Amino acid sequence: MASTDTRPRHRDLGLSDEDVLGMYRAMLLARAVDERMWLMQRAGKIAFIISGQGHEGAQVAVAWAMRRGIDWMAPYYRSIASAMTFGMSAEDIITAHLAKSDDVSSGGRQMPGHYGGAPYNIVSLSSPVGTQVLHAVGIAMGAWVQGDDVVTMTQFGEGTSNQGEIHEAMNFAGVHKLPVIFICENNGYAISVPLDRQVAGGSVAARAAGYGMPGLVVDGGDILGCYAAAKEAHERARRGEGPTLIEARVVRLTSHSSDDDQRRYRDPSEVEHLKEQDPIPMFAAELRAAGVLTDEVDETIRAEVKAEINDATKRADARPEPVTDDAHERVYAETIPGGGTARPSAPTEAGSH
Amino acid sequence: MAERNILEAIREAMDEEMERDERVMVLGEDVGKKGGVFGATEGLWAKYGDKRVLDTPLTEGMIAGAAMGAAVYGLRPIAEMQFADFVYPAFNQIVSEISRIHYRSNGTFTAPMVIRMPYGGGVHGALYHSQSNETYFTSTVGLKVVAPGTPADAKGLLKAAIRDPDPVMFFEHKKTYRLFKAEVPDGDTVVPIGSASVPREGRHLSIFCYGYMRTCALEAAETLAREDGVEAEVVDLRSLRPLDTETILASVAKTGKALVVHEANRFGGFGAEIAAEIGERAFEHLDGPVTRLAGPEVPGVPFHHTLEDWFMLNPARIVDAARRLAAY
Repeated sequence: MASTDTRPRHRDLGLSDEDVLGMYRAMLLARAVDERMWLMQRAGKIAFIISGQGHEGAQVAVAWAMRRGIDWMAPYYRSIASAMTFGMSAEDIITAHLAKSDDVSSGGRQMPGHYGGAPYNIVSLSSPVGTQVLHAVGIAMGAWVQGDDVVTMTQFGEGTSNQGEIHEAMNFAGVHKLPVIFICENNGYAISVPLDRQVAGGSVAARAAGYGMPGLVVDGGDILGCYAAAKEAHERARRGEGPTLIEARVVRLTSHSSDDDQRRYRDPSEVEHLKEQDPIPMFAAELRAAGVLTDEVDETIRAEVKAEINDATKRADARPEPVTDDAHERVYAETIPGGGTARPSAPTEAGSH
Repeated sequence: MAERNILEAIREAMDEEMERDERVMVLGEDVGKKGGVFGATEGLWAKYGDKRVLDTPLTEGMIAGAAMGAAVYGLRPIAEMQFADFVYPAFNQIVSEISRIHYRSNGTFTAPMVIRMPYGGGVHGALYHSQSNETYFTSTVGLKVVAPGTPADAKGLLKAAIRDPDPVMFFEHKKTYRLFKAEVPDGDTVVPIGSASVPREGRHLSIFCYGYMRTCALEAAETLAREDGVEAEVVDLRSLRPLDTETILASVAKTGKALVVHEANRFGGFGAEIAAEIGERAFEHLDGPVTRLAGPEVPGVPFHHTLEDWFMLNPARIVDAARRLAAY
């Protein structure tokens, strides 16, 4: 128990007990979905999985600082926890991984891990890494041109931080002080290549100095620290003071993907100690110390998460498969000769304000 | 009706669309105070301010990618590539992202945006200021591609492109910018994307062209009529994707002979698509081989004027090719 005369840290950040328990629950749910999908992949139900395990603390914390339904997000392939915090449900995520016809991200057209959801202001993601960061900057530019109070957050890994588009995006955002937050989730490995072979100088955050914006390093195991940094970045963006680059030092608990075996390139002792850096028990310990989380509350949350993931799996699995008759649809937004026809599945031009 | 050159028509289209719809914005290199290196955006910065007419850093990838973000958000961006030759850093954004976001999101996102690109040779621009690179984009499903050849078409098609719900690559042949003035309809006249025009009717052979080649083909047709008594029908495709195949096939059904003319090189060029369409769908009407007249198989337009003249198609070359086909 925290001593009664010490104000818990989360309250200083403007977070209620419900908030931090909500964050904790979001992390648990994202992990549960992730683990469930690995099982489904091993069982042959899902073709491929690229994991967010170990990134949940930073992702939930950053997304928690954004306004759902107002702010935008351009995700990357590990963005499961932040996409869920932005509004995607466990069922949405599993449905997308099963490539069902009514998958909100792509209707079964994209591989697993390509998050997107027009109803949630989550921009559809492709596979070439780093492209989404320019989309985030473009959304921020759109909001800035129109005078809208909208902040855009985007995520990418430290390997991707080397792509030219990232630098083009940060420079442009810095020039015009666009309301955008760049989140680099640095887990130390770009598939197999370690940080010292990817990032000269070892710091992605340091690069911010060249683009006229603050660059912060946060510990991905310190969830409230991540939240505080994102909150400040969000406020800066809303005040018109421009972008922020946050480098969250996170741990990749799994192999790069279900097609990878990290034992081939990570030291056995390193792999053995990964679990000690898991952000979920770290956050649980902090919440326990603050007197917010008790055994009883923890058990309740975990039971809810278990029920939700089981329900979500069942519902997702029961959804219809895509049909080939539909594969030629929605190539263009309007019917054109020689091209696809369009029947937008959203009632309006989704994604537009 | 007012007389305009193509550059003025393009400027007027942007001005009217920006006036009509505050979601329309322009971004690119030097498009602001300077008004663009060719002057296409002249006056817009002063009228609409430096957010809606935005000078960007020299980063074509950023121009395309940020334009897509803004389009997804709900704006109607017009991105200017200073030269079509410099679009390649943006290729990833155009091909991986802009063309695919609608399909890959199952129709839930759209990228209503225009990428304007000055292209083509004959202006002493050499290898890197003269390219006709339209086939990279016509072969990319998800994009629309237009290439007007008159002031009225330039204005009407640009207005259509800005209003279109899909991404449109807008090719402006830079040699035509100030080549001639012609009447542009007053008021809000839109030329629909996907329709060809037939600026000259004829019965002996069809010449299919677009952009600057329209001017050359019409001049060639005059010569053929005057000197040979050959009546060439000139079909200006205007839109390359979607392609008005009905007009193409109807023309071939009438003339029985098809000559496709474009400045880009021949191998795998856009003419191959036209020739294949005709071969597959108008075979029974053909009275001669479908013929392509195209730029030479060299990597770019060489600089020295004699070399550039060697590269460029012109009315005389079209006349030669048409004579051979007419005599077949």
